[in-house]
Amino acid sequence: MTLVSFSQVHVGWELPAQEFTFTRADLIRYAGASGDFNIIHWNERVAQAVGLPSVIAHGMLTMGTVIRVVTDWLGDPGKVVEYSARFTRPIPVPDTDEGASIKVSAKITGLLENNQAVVTISAIHNEVTVLAKTVATVQLAP
Amino acid sequence: MAINQEFIGRTYPPTEIYSVGREKIREFASALGDTSPCYFDVESARALGYPDLIAPPTFAIVFTMQAGGQVIHDPELALDYTRVVHGEQRFVQHRPIFAGDEITSTVSVDSIRTAAGNDMITVKAEVHASNGELVSTVYSLLVSRGVGEAS
Repeated sequence: MTLVSFSQVHVGWELPAQEFTFTRADLIRYAGASGDFNIIHWNERVAQAVGLPSVIAHGMLTMGTVIRVVTDWLGDPGKVVEYSARFTRPIPVPDTDEGASIKVSAKITGLLENNQAVVTISAIHNEVTVLAKTVATVQLAP
Repeated sequence: MAINQEFIGRTYPPTEIYSVGREKIREFASALGDTSPCYFDVESARALGYPDLIAPPTFAIVFTMQAGGQVIHDPELALDYTRVVHGEQRFVQHRPIFAGDEITSTVSVDSIRTAAGNDMITVKAEVHASNGELVSTVYSLLVSRGVGEAS
């Protein structure tokens, strides 16, 4: 596995984009693994009663998924030294085999001291940005 | 109702120990659909220089969300937790979390502000290993939506 080198990247450098899909089963699995059993993530009746179109993905499921664009590129997830996101729009997950998909892209938006780079991630569902200010700071090889 | 600014800096007792297990890391990574070998295979993690499996960057939410409950349910803050939504999240990783870590989290109120009738409270969790090493610092912005808002 070759680690990405600081000397080979520049501001504007694009990471390989990926597309991810969430189905109802993914929401149930994440609820169990994370311990977040908020009912709006698995109960259609309650979700609609509070004004949502259907059950919605956990913001932390989305945040935990989209960082894969960065960690897959790095080859070493332990090199993510900081990661933040703002939850702007919910992702409704319909009761279909296809589920809901998000298109994720990322590029380097800053270079820091000590071979660290700032990566800004874009996560789009149905033409809408679902996470804002999604930024990771990563430690690169010299 | 605006939250009293005097609560900034309020610190809660450290949590009970959370033991980070290999199977929990594997379960969490699987739930993210992430097949990176360092979450599943000890030898792969060791090849990257780690003592054991490492946890995904957002894994700390598993125990810090629960720890943050101390703030949400603090009767003196009087947050209406039925109106609380998760606004922002930030993880600062001083080092990755490893399988075998015995973690305690110490939660404090980092900031409080009011905007557009909503109370915004940032909860900070400092995550320590059993030897006292600071492993990560985790910030969660909780938004308590104001009563009387149109939506």
